[in-house]
Amino acid sequence: MWWRIATITLLFVTAASALTYWRGSRDYRPSLLAEANRSGGITMSAVTAGGQPSQQLSPETNSHYEVNGFDVNEGKRLYQWFNCVGCHANGGGDIGPPLMDDKWIYGSEPRNIYQTITEGRPNGMPSFRGKIADAQIWQIVAYVRSMSGLVAIQAAPGRNDDIQAKPPETMAPTQPPKKGGTPAPDERSSQ
Amino acid sequence: MNRAAAILAGAALAGCSRNPSILLDTAGPHANEIQWLFWLFFWVCAAVWLCVIGLLGFATWRGLRRWRDTPAPATAPAEERRLVAWVSTGVGLTFAILTLFVGASYAVDRKLISLDSGPTMEIQITGHQWWWEIQYLGETPSAQFTTANELHVPSGSTVKLKLRSSDVIHSFWIPNVAGKRDIIPGRENEATIRVDRDGVWHGRCAEFCGYQHAFMGLTLIAETPDKFEKWKASQRLPAAAPQSDEEKRGQEIFETGPCGACHVIRGTSADGHSNYAPELTHLKSRSSIGAGAAPNVKGYLGAWILDPHGIKPGVHMPPNLQNADDFQALLAYLETLK
Amino acid sequence: MSPPDIEVVDDQHVPRDVDVPLERLRDHLDNTWRLPPGLFGWLCSIDHKSIGRRYIVTAFIHLLLAGALAMALRVQLAFPEQQILGPDQYNQFFTMHGTVMMFLFAVPMVEGVMIYLVPLMIGSRIIAFPRLNAFSYYVYLVGGLMVWASFFLNSAPDAGWFSYPPLAGPEYGAGKRSDVFAQMITFTEVAALAVAVEIIVTVLKLRAPGMSLDRMPIFVWSSLVTSFIIVFSMPSVVLGSTFLLLDRLVGTHFYNPAEGGDVLLWQHLFWYFAHPEVYIIFLPSIGLASHVVETFSRRPMFGYPAVVLALISNGLLSFGLWVHHMFATGLPRLGNSFFAASSMTIAIPSGLVLFCWLATIASGRLRFKLPMLWIVSFFILFVMGGLSGVMLASVPLDLQLTDTYVLPSHIHFVLIGGAVAPLVAATFFWFPKMTGRLLNVPLGLVQWMLFTIGGLSAFGSMFLLGLSGMTRRVYSYPHTMQWDTLNLIASVGAWLLGLSFVLFTINILWTLSRPTKAPENPWQASGLEWSLPSPPPIYNFVLAPFVSSRTPLWDSPGPLPVVGGLRFDRREVLVTTVVEAEPDMRDPVPEPTVWPFIAAMVTSVILIASMYAPQPVAWGAIPFAIVMVAWLYPRRMVSPPAASVGPQAHQA
Repeated sequence: MWWRIATITLLFVTAASALTYWRGSRDYRPSLLAEANRSGGITMSAVTAGGQPSQQLSPETNSHYEVNGFDVNEGKRLYQWFNCVGCHANGGGDIGPPLMDDKWIYGSEPRNIYQTITEGRPNGMPSFRGKIADAQIWQIVAYVRSMSGLVAIQAAPGRNDDIQAKPPETMAPTQPPKKGGTPAPDERSSQ
Repeated sequence: MNRAAAILAGAALAGCSRNPSILLDTAGPHANEIQWLFWLFFWVCAAVWLCVIGLLGFATWRGLRRWRDTPAPATAPAEERRLVAWVSTGVGLTFAILTLFVGASYAVDRKLISLDSGPTMEIQITGHQWWWEIQYLGETPSAQFTTANELHVPSGSTVKLKLRSSDVIHSFWIPNVAGKRDIIPGRENEATIRVDRDGVWHGRCAEFCGYQHAFMGLTLIAETPDKFEKWKASQRLPAAAPQSDEEKRGQEIFETGPCGACHVIRGTSADGHSNYAPELTHLKSRSSIGAGAAPNVKGYLGAWILDPHGIKPGVHMPPNLQNADDFQALLAYLETLK
Repeated sequence: MSPPDIEVVDDQHVPRDVDVPLERLRDHLDNTWRLPPGLFGWLCSIDHKSIGRRYIVTAFIHLLLAGALAMALRVQLAFPEQQILGPDQYNQFFTMHGTVMMFLFAVPMVEGVMIYLVPLMIGSRIIAFPRLNAFSYYVYLVGGLMVWASFFLNSAPDAGWFSYPPLAGPEYGAGKRSDVFAQMITFTEVAALAVAVEIIVTVLKLRAPGMSLDRMPIFVWSSLVTSFIIVFSMPSVVLGSTFLLLDRLVGTHFYNPAEGGDVLLWQHLFWYFAHPEVYIIFLPSIGLASHVVETFSRRPMFGYPAVVLALISNGLLSFGLWVHHMFATGLPRLGNSFFAASSMTIAIPSGLVLFCWLATIASGRLRFKLPMLWIVSFFILFVMGGLSGVMLASVPLDLQLTDTYVLPSHIHFVLIGGAVAPLVAATFFWFPKMTGRLLNVPLGLVQWMLFTIGGLSAFGSMFLLGLSGMTRRVYSYPHTMQWDTLNLIASVGAWLLGLSFVLFTINILWTLSRPTKAPENPWQASGLEWSLPSPPPIYNFVLAPFVSSRTPLWDSPGPLPVVGGLRFDRREVLVTTVVEAEPDMRDPVPEPTVWPFIAAMVTSVILIASMYAPQPVAWGAIPFAIVMVAWLYPRRMVSPPAASVGPQAHQA
């Protein structure tokens, strides 16, 4: 009798502990260390020597932002708050290029988009370094990728509580990045 | 007698200073009416509870005695009729008490509605995740101004509050003044208050709204009409220009750094109407920062800017690390925003 | 002359239970009603007692887990400005506590008790639709596991147990948290609707001959009313939660005011269900308590017709109250007043039931055993909660009291006093029948004292905290508000209450390890279930009892009159008419089968997958249809190999 209860309890505890391996995290408190490592305000041009965009700008890797529903949702909020809609609308583009299609002028990898936001690009994309916190930029990067369906559906954000501008990102058709525009640095090496 | 009971209970359990109780320190007619109604309900309900427990004790005693005394089962018809009479009396009394309660509630409700007539000013309050945007509407657009988390009203005046939400459901509640009104996105609710006693009254959000629902506080300051007009006039002015070099550097940091992306200070280039973050034009005229999270003094302000999550984890404001000189300049500038 | 391809069933010369002596009949029935062996047999079981026990045990585990969460909450709130639980964790903890307690403990526990007791009380062998019953349990089980799995994945619902959008909506409810909540509702409400339908049909069609409607036990009446409440209220919340899932996943606009939706729509849909839900929890509990009161007062319940009418009017009235949860939302004042009046009115039937109990106790011959202590707790705690509910029913007063700590005080007083106390009393009362053992009395006494004192101090101080201005659902509070002392008292009271449940668990486990030696009717109760051995055999009644009064065991001392004629070589049950319970027909009962389990697993996979994408709902219909065909496929009625049905069985 007792061993039955003990076995079931042990099974439950083991299962619960095993689940913690896949435990989602929710960092509403951005890492202060990342903030401290932000470099000073030098705006670089879009042309980078050597083919690789600088990665030492942020010691954080971005891999956990795209799979985290909270981070992508925060990115969506910040996309509104920092007025990305002013030039890019809700992804359809206006005076800025569309973000929900498959054409990426400066590359679709997260580090490319991070560089775009941090350093700016020719023809009007401002540099936001020093204006937006580092972790927040990565959240916006994750959201921008979700607009063309490049983020898994379990992390993609839903619709906003606003007038509907487009289908929610959970229902966004996946638009794999196509060759066009300036290729991403690592694509050049494969040509 | 009620007041004595409440003060005794409050003092025994709460210590010397008062908390925002609905039972003590009512500041206006709305809270007064509801307080009266509460005491009516409380004493009647307390009597009912004691009666029921007493009846239970009596019934138990009687049942135990009967088991000891009479071995025969079943009760005589005469006793059944008596029991019917008792139970019917109980039900009748219940009905009468509930009718009294419904009547009293309805009367108080009508009285509260009658208090809502003739407001002399309108204030628009927008609930945000975890702060209050307070906009004083005026006859002309130039007479309007916005502040955050602190509400000033002239005592004795009826004030209409227009309640809106920018994100989720909040609830406007100042216990000493009036009952709650929920703030529902997509509709504009109204609440009318009148504060008859000068002083500082504390309120809070009363509908769960996320991480910092616990610390979404609101301060209401009721003052004489003269003081109120003086306060309004000073709030309408844009921010004073910085005088010293350090303050000027601080303003530059505010405008060019991340601060200006969300906060507004009228009179600087970070002007406009942004309602993503509290307006800071007269930051130092307020009694607290972070919607009641910390006192409005330089040390806490510095801590808040560097790492708001240390004080209010989960807020939308990110940490802002800076080098020491820039930081002191920024603080020096913010200290001038009276 | 019948056409040659129709099988003629010879029903005249089949072995009936009147044809064999009683002892042999028991053996035949054991053989006929037996389960396949081992784990497979456990999964195939459609016996209502087995499924009822599983519901009760699972719900009890949820109670303990959610109670542990509450202990953690009170540790965080015992002192001001603590950082033991951050806001995100605290939000998940309190949401899980409320959600698990309401949806995974309270309603399933009363369902389990209904499933177990109702057929026994009405003299039936089965619950109607036994395979659906098994299906409902497995669906409930998986729903509960899903919610707890999400808790350990840091993805538990965190928007409160009533999950208001927009906080739970797509924009402000990031991640899958509120999807877990909404889908859990689907799981538990599918289970509850199934059980409600079964109970209604069982009560109306499977009663023992002679048990007309006015002779039904009070708990059976409460089960009937509760099941009707379930049927009419649950669809509202299923609809509301489905709308929430659609909004979050697919981008519909049910709760989006900018596109024509309304945030208040959720509140109406949710509370239209959730107010009757508290009566779903409360009515069976007062039914159980009525049995305890009646038995220990040793007289039939005073005012039986009044009590039954009170139960029915409670059920009807409960649908007219829901806006009292929304008084502060700015709805028109006159409408609010209507709901205030109806909210006060519902106190009258509950009061009537309590007065009838008092009359029963006062005019009975009271033997004060341990279960009666819990009735005392009921009076102390529930009446306090009910009176604070009357305060909350008044609109102006509610505008000050709602969403403060007066609300947790009220709900816990009425739930702990009005539902948990009677359930504990029922456990002590029916434990000997279910398991053949009596629970330990001294341990029960200590448990009772901790329970009552803990409950009073915890929720009494919460009432005072609400009056002092403390709002609910706060992860901490500032020291300057002077709420420290009351919060500490509330925490200590809550820990005492938790300790009482630890003792309860120890009592149950320890007693289960003891040998079975409880008498068949230790309390000398009057219900049909007390005529059975403890624990009852799988077929319940050897022969269908015949009932001629409300308290059969008291009015027919000695062997019960019975009605015979059912087959013993096949599973059969006697169906009677709805009002007068005259025997109507013999109905075959399904064999134990594993298809309900498989169907429940398929359903669970569809429901969980559909939180992530909409396609599983469509594609999942295919395996579900296959499983349903297998479940419902007609089978030839086969008699099991007879143990020893000799020639004497065929004597007329």
